[in-house]
Amino acid sequence: MSTDKKISIDIQNVTKRFGAFTALNGVSLDIRDNEFFTLLGPSGCGKTTLLRLIAGFEEVTDGAIHLYGQNIADLLPNERPINTVFQQYALFPHMNVTDNVMFGLLRLGQDTSKAKARVLEVLELVRLSDFADRMPGQLSGGQQQRVALARALAPSPKVLLLDEPLSALDLKLRQAVRLELQQIQVQTGITFIFVTHDQEEALTMSDRIAVLEGGRVQQVGSAREIYEAPENKFVADFIGETNLIDVTVSNVEKGKGSCVLPGGAQIICSAAEGALVGSGHLSLRPERIKITASGKGMLEGKAVRHIYLGTDLHIEVSLTSGSHVTVRMQNSTQIKIPNVGQSVGLDFEASSARLLVD
Amino acid sequence: MAELPKVNPEGLAKTYSGFGIPLILPAWIIIGFFLVIPVAMMLVYSFLTKEFRGGVIWEFSLSAYDQFFLYRGLFGDSPPVIEWTYISIFWRSIWQAGLATFCCLIIGFPTAWFIATRTGRNKTIWLFLITIPYWVNLLIRTISMKFLIRDNGPLNEFFLSIGLISEPFHIINTNFAVQLGLFYSYLPFMVLPIYAAVERYNFALSEAAADLYASRTVTLFKVILPTVKPGIVAGCILVFVPSLGAFLAPDLLGGAKNFMIGSLIEEQFKGAAGNWPFGAAASMILLSLVLIVLTFYARNQTRGQI
Repeated sequence: MSTDKKISIDIQNVTKRFGAFTALNGVSLDIRDNEFFTLLGPSGCGKTTLLRLIAGFEEVTDGAIHLYGQNIADLLPNERPINTVFQQYALFPHMNVTDNVMFGLLRLGQDTSKAKARVLEVLELVRLSDFADRMPGQLSGGQQQRVALARALAPSPKVLLLDEPLSALDLKLRQAVRLELQQIQVQTGITFIFVTHDQEEALTMSDRIAVLEGGRVQQVGSAREIYEAPENKFVADFIGETNLIDVTVSNVEKGKGSCVLPGGAQIICSAAEGALVGSGHLSLRPERIKITASGKGMLEGKAVRHIYLGTDLHIEVSLTSGSHVTVRMQNSTQIKIPNVGQSVGLDFEASSARLLVD
Repeated sequence: MAELPKVNPEGLAKTYSGFGIPLILPAWIIIGFFLVIPVAMMLVYSFLTKEFRGGVIWEFSLSAYDQFFLYRGLFGDSPPVIEWTYISIFWRSIWQAGLATFCCLIIGFPTAWFIATRTGRNKTIWLFLITIPYWVNLLIRTISMKFLIRDNGPLNEFFLSIGLISEPFHIINTNFAVQLGLFYSYLPFMVLPIYAAVERYNFALSEAAADLYASRTVTLFKVILPTVKPGIVAGCILVFVPSLGAFLAPDLLGGAKNFMIGSLIEEQFKGAAGNWPFGAAASMILLSLVLIVLTFYARNQTRGQI
């Protein structure tokens, strides 16, 4: 994606405090026009707070939020051309599906016949045309979720906020809705800001992801960038699974770091910006490690456990230095699986390792 | 051997519903003896002839209803015209009860909202404060109120002493005094059901409304009020119905001029001047009014249950 695209929402050094508690601490983000942007982080990281600041349900303590260049600090939620899909949907229980979806349109002063036409259009989009007269209480969770989406899309907002909208659905439905959401985002061309704690959701749907932790942005990038080139220990550990290996860093230069592995082997690999000389951590994804004969790898150890996962197999290896490394192998008949207790070598390409900021 | 009831996922409640009848039996007996039988007696009495020293003569007569609605002259031989005396008492009662309900709603809704939006212990404390007046008998509370608002009572003395008024404010024996009494007696009946409804209110709905361009006023009328409406309707009925038949407040605070239905009925069963069939007929008319209100309520409740 080109970086010269128009900025939709510009978050500048935003801090939010609730009493003595700091929920967001100097967060800056540029969310581009027409982008599927995800705020990802564990619960309590501040992602929902950031969403509520954008929607206008909370006031910014410090910093500014611009929407297409306009500061929206003084605008009430009902004055912002931004709509939200709420986590528990928050459908109006006393109104049927049509009236729920029409609510925003009528508030914007559209006349009823025009609004009705738009409702039909949006219900078509979320494939709920047959349910226009139902009350929310008569719908399943998945259907309610789609009504909430239709209601938020109907006024054609500039930005759509989605607050963990899939968390109340069961797994199968969640996977189907993911694809649908992505399609709708492309079809409507609305900027989506999607909040989730589920990394798989984030990786599969987003154009870009911001990883949040402790009220700070840890890293912003595409799914691939975040997974393959994590900046720090938190991101490496939170996104997918990884092995953190203690290393001694002898030199960091131009995004490359040379370090000594436990056992003495030396490698030069990509280094995160801000990685320091001295003791550090190397991130090594379990699927990037190959098990070889003892003495032939970069690391030495002993297989201590098999964990059966169906399509895959995890082999836990205890290194001679004492730490543990997990290796992921495909559950294939062609691959030789080391027995428990067997000494093994672990090999990997230097390009698969990443030196992190602690 | 009897088969054990099968437990199925949707019918666990059904499996145990056999216990229902013994559970409800005591209530049925009490309601049967102390509600159905007395009301049936009243219905019968209202169609009997009055005995002059109280009581009834077992002889069918429509004279009680006739007396209520029609005036046939001093000697009962003129062509009948509509008798306004009792109708106007009823009308005043409805008006007073309606006004009391309205005042309770205007004051009670914000109060209930306030309590329901407190957190943790505070909520319990505020609720507790609301129920404190109920520790004292209504008669005693009404008498104290009479004492407070009379011409040389503490309220007037206070206003006189701070120079707000130069002459005592005449409250006692006015409609306003009755209104005050009804309002004060029944306010908690408005607050509690509305509180229960607001407590269940999902505040995300207000956020959703704001998110969809609704102002605060629109949110109140289009989202909040419709959602908590069952609580409001319940509160209104719980205030209106007892206010309509109230006799303590009108008797003690309103004086002879501000008669309400409750006092009218009470008079008919007191002493030798009473007229039992007439009192019974007035009760039946009151009961029909209440039933109309309750029918409206029942309809409202079932409609909300979709």
